[in-house]
Amino acid sequence: MSPRATASGPLLSVKDLEVGFATEDGLLKAVDGVSFELARGEVLGIVGESGCGKSVTAQTVMGLTRSSNARISGSVEFNGADLIEASDDDLRKVRGESIAMIFQDPMTSLNPVYKVGKQIAEQILAHRDVSDKEARDRAIELLRDVGIPHPERRIDDYPYEYSGGMRQRAMVAMALSLEPEVLIADEPTTALDVTIQAQILTLIEQLNRDRDLAVVLITHDLGVVAEVADRVQVMYAGQVVERGTLDEIFYDPQHPYTWGLLGSLTRLDRPRPKRLPQIAGQPPSLLSPPGGCRFRPRCPHAFEQCAELPSLEGRLGKRSEHADRCWLQPKEKESRRSVDGRIGLGAPAA
Amino acid sequence: MSNGDPLLEVSHLVKHFPIKSGILLEREVARVHAVDDVSLTLHEGETLGLVGESGCGKSTLCRAILQLIRPTAGSVKFQGEELVGRSRKELQPLRREMQMIFQDPFASLNPRKRVGQIVGDPLRLHGLASGDALKRRVQELLDRVGLSGEHYNRFPHEFSGGQRQRIGIARALALQPKLIIADEPVSALDVSIQAQIINLLEDLQDEFGLAYVFVAHDLGVVRHVSDRVAVMYLGKIVETSPGAGLYERPIHPYSTALLSAVPIPDPEENREREPLVLDGDVPSPVDPPSGCRFHTRCPWATDVCSELEPPLVNYGSGRLAACHHPLNLKRGALSKATISEESPAGAADALPSEPGKADLPVGA
Amino acid sequence: MGRFIAKRLVGMVGVLFAISVIVFLIFNVIPNSDPAARIAGKNADAELIARVNDDLGLNDPLPVQYVTLMKEIFTGQLTSYSSDLNVDEQIREGIPATMSLCIGAAIIWMAFAIVFGYLSAVRAGGKLDTMLTVLALIGISLPVFWLAAILLYYLSFRVQLFPTGGYVPLTEDPAQWAYHLLLPWITLAVLFIGFYSRLLRSSMLDVMNEDYVRTARAKGLSERQVRTRHVLRNSLIPIVTLFGLDFGAVVGGGAILTETVFNINGVGLYAGEAIGSLDLPPLMAVTMFGAFFIVLFNTIVDILYAYLDPRIRLGSSAV
Repeated sequence: MSPRATASGPLLSVKDLEVGFATEDGLLKAVDGVSFELARGEVLGIVGESGCGKSVTAQTVMGLTRSSNARISGSVEFNGADLIEASDDDLRKVRGESIAMIFQDPMTSLNPVYKVGKQIAEQILAHRDVSDKEARDRAIELLRDVGIPHPERRIDDYPYEYSGGMRQRAMVAMALSLEPEVLIADEPTTALDVTIQAQILTLIEQLNRDRDLAVVLITHDLGVVAEVADRVQVMYAGQVVERGTLDEIFYDPQHPYTWGLLGSLTRLDRPRPKRLPQIAGQPPSLLSPPGGCRFRPRCPHAFEQCAELPSLEGRLGKRSEHADRCWLQPKEKESRRSVDGRIGLGAPAA
Repeated sequence: MSNGDPLLEVSHLVKHFPIKSGILLEREVARVHAVDDVSLTLHEGETLGLVGESGCGKSTLCRAILQLIRPTAGSVKFQGEELVGRSRKELQPLRREMQMIFQDPFASLNPRKRVGQIVGDPLRLHGLASGDALKRRVQELLDRVGLSGEHYNRFPHEFSGGQRQRIGIARALALQPKLIIADEPVSALDVSIQAQIINLLEDLQDEFGLAYVFVAHDLGVVRHVSDRVAVMYLGKIVETSPGAGLYERPIHPYSTALLSAVPIPDPEENREREPLVLDGDVPSPVDPPSGCRFHTRCPWATDVCSELEPPLVNYGSGRLAACHHPLNLKRGALSKATISEESPAGAADALPSEPGKADLPVGA
Repeated sequence: MGRFIAKRLVGMVGVLFAISVIVFLIFNVIPNSDPAARIAGKNADAELIARVNDDLGLNDPLPVQYVTLMKEIFTGQLTSYSSDLNVDEQIREGIPATMSLCIGAAIIWMAFAIVFGYLSAVRAGGKLDTMLTVLALIGISLPVFWLAAILLYYLSFRVQLFPTGGYVPLTEDPAQWAYHLLLPWITLAVLFIGFYSRLLRSSMLDVMNEDYVRTARAKGLSERQVRTRHVLRNSLIPIVTLFGLDFGAVVGGGAILTETVFNINGVGLYAGEAIGSLDLPPLMAVTMFGAFFIVLFNTIVDILYAYLDPRIRLGSSAV
């Protein structure tokens, strides 16, 4: 894993981000007070299930959620410059140049009517004053870097001539074309087969290591997070419910939702349980989220105090950034979670 | 009830899709070898997991078993009766006993029908219930899958993904089938909901003695639900084993690679292990590689692998694998091995001469 | 690609053959269409009718009649029953006028449709969009003959800005050519502008939600580049298909009303007259002419479509 650089403050800093969308049924609050910091060369994993706000958070960082029905507040600072208030033109200069993004479905993320090479060159030409020939040569080089065989030939293929894994590689090549400082990867392997997923994750790890690229990795898959992330934040219903280092989240999780997520995995590295621990019920509607702790209606450990929303803060009394939104006493959590899930089983606490 | 005869017996099943081309008259120029000489058996109350990557033919196999598409060759016996070659009408009575659950709970339910209709239609169409009895039965079914009788008059779009999958399960259960083929039933669902559906399917199996063919690409899910697991690659079964055996000591290099590629949700273990990352993509099923279909991506492949198709070899205790260089075998296992009856017709008839080396350095 | 085109051309010949047979049969079964009786006049006796029948070859069995007719069409010897004029010549004379009308109208309709559709989509929900929506609906609802009559009445009779009809060949006087055709062009184009701008608007709104448009924004392209290169280009694919079909249909018969009202001596006017007098040879020839264009443009569209959307090119690729 890459060392966390702490030289000159965070590269990317998100504070109290709120994103709502006006719908026919009212205001849908997709992101409700999310904050995080990303250091140079670090991999931050954002984990949660569909509708928890992880993708909206990432897209808002890039300004991709801007629209007439979006209500965005809070701040996103990149290298000290605010991106929420930035003009469209300033934002455009950051996109692709400093922060690049890859998406879940490589099948639909490339325009089907343009050749792959042209789509990569287009990004270079949008930011740099170079000739078409130079942009094309650079695109070939990039395709080679991400492991596309015969790039000088494959550059003139259309996306449909690529396999799913190759398309995601092409997306990564495009994202790297201007040597950005941050890569936001939104479920980059969800649509891929396991053997191809392993290839893409290895590629992301390499880029992080070799180029000191900071990565925000958004996924629902805790296995993927465990493989590449340095720090993790767990989201539920638009809020961050727990945040910590990779080991803290996996070996000393504090929030019952994190326990539930870890517990309900069908794991290959543990004995097969008779019955899978499950989280009851459904995630709440974001049009009218429950009062108090958002996880309360599904939480087997809820008590009176949960009617009040706990803030995201360090509750372990140690000098660590490990924070959570749960009223339970840390001692109590230790005993409850071992019954509730299969947390920490067989592995030492870090 | 349960005796020695299998509930479902698929032998040497083949499904090829022709690719046609031509100016005036279309003629076949190539074929997609979607399912190529596949055999498997399933006993009452048993769960067979079927894993493989996209394009390996697992969904086609499911549909060919149920005769939703006509197999090109081979046989499918259900409770001893041959299904291949039967007319639609002749299949009708057997269809009741074999149901299917689909991956996409959004696409597989008719959006214009109410839940009560969706679940009740199979009962009505087979003339098993009507009027108040039908409604009562449907409400029972909804109750059983964790919905409530009050959901009877709602439309599918009013439900979440997990709830829709429950509706699909209730519909499949309505005719009290013996066999349910579940094609990626939890792949589209969130982790917490996945666990709910998996638990429900297991409860139903215990209660009604159902047999499942459970198709998934998630090896963890398959391990959890399956008694036996079959691994498919490019239209062929490369390994069949009892769950524990496959996951602890995979014989076929492809099974090994698949297992190794699954990310482990444990940071420590991740740091320690060096996963085997396969190069390249799955080749096209239109023109599959010669010999062993996996040889183009296999780190253990030798010359023989590209020349001869390996037979499906029985290594005892229900473990079958088709590889010239089998991995993880116990001492002496090779001497007792025999070629299985399920081995494809075109395969070589020589047993592997020596086991492969499990600790082959990879990453080259 | 060569195979693809060859395949389409073979199909085209088949369709034309089928159309010609159907038209021929329909003509022979509709009541009151016996040409001999009409040519021979009101008080003709049976003998005269028989002689006319014999002259025209109408006593031959239907298949023979059909073959003779088709042979005459393709050798250019077909003559009308009612006027003795060579049909092919008449059609050939009408083509420049019809083409001038149709091509001009098509350029106008596509240009305006793209501008209006683009603006509507980009300002979706805004005032401009609402205004353009209303205009489009009006355009779609206006009957062609009514619009033509209104334009003629106000702009040619009352204000006398434009000529009241007729056609001046392009080779004779380009300015007069355009001047005479302006009103017919507008008449023919208005309906299509309304229809196509709505279509482009909804197509663009669909494409705007595509993942690759989000990718284009994430790349740092300017909003204009995103809209023209990614949204507009991809939205035009379905439009181009439809345009080919509609253009074929307009040339092949859709311009009849406009030509009639503005008195343009094109194929449409000739067709209108042939229908009026139930005159088989010109009817048959004009139908074949129209069908030929419709089928031709269908084929061109398919080929163009394959060019615009590379996924079509391989056609039957693997599952």
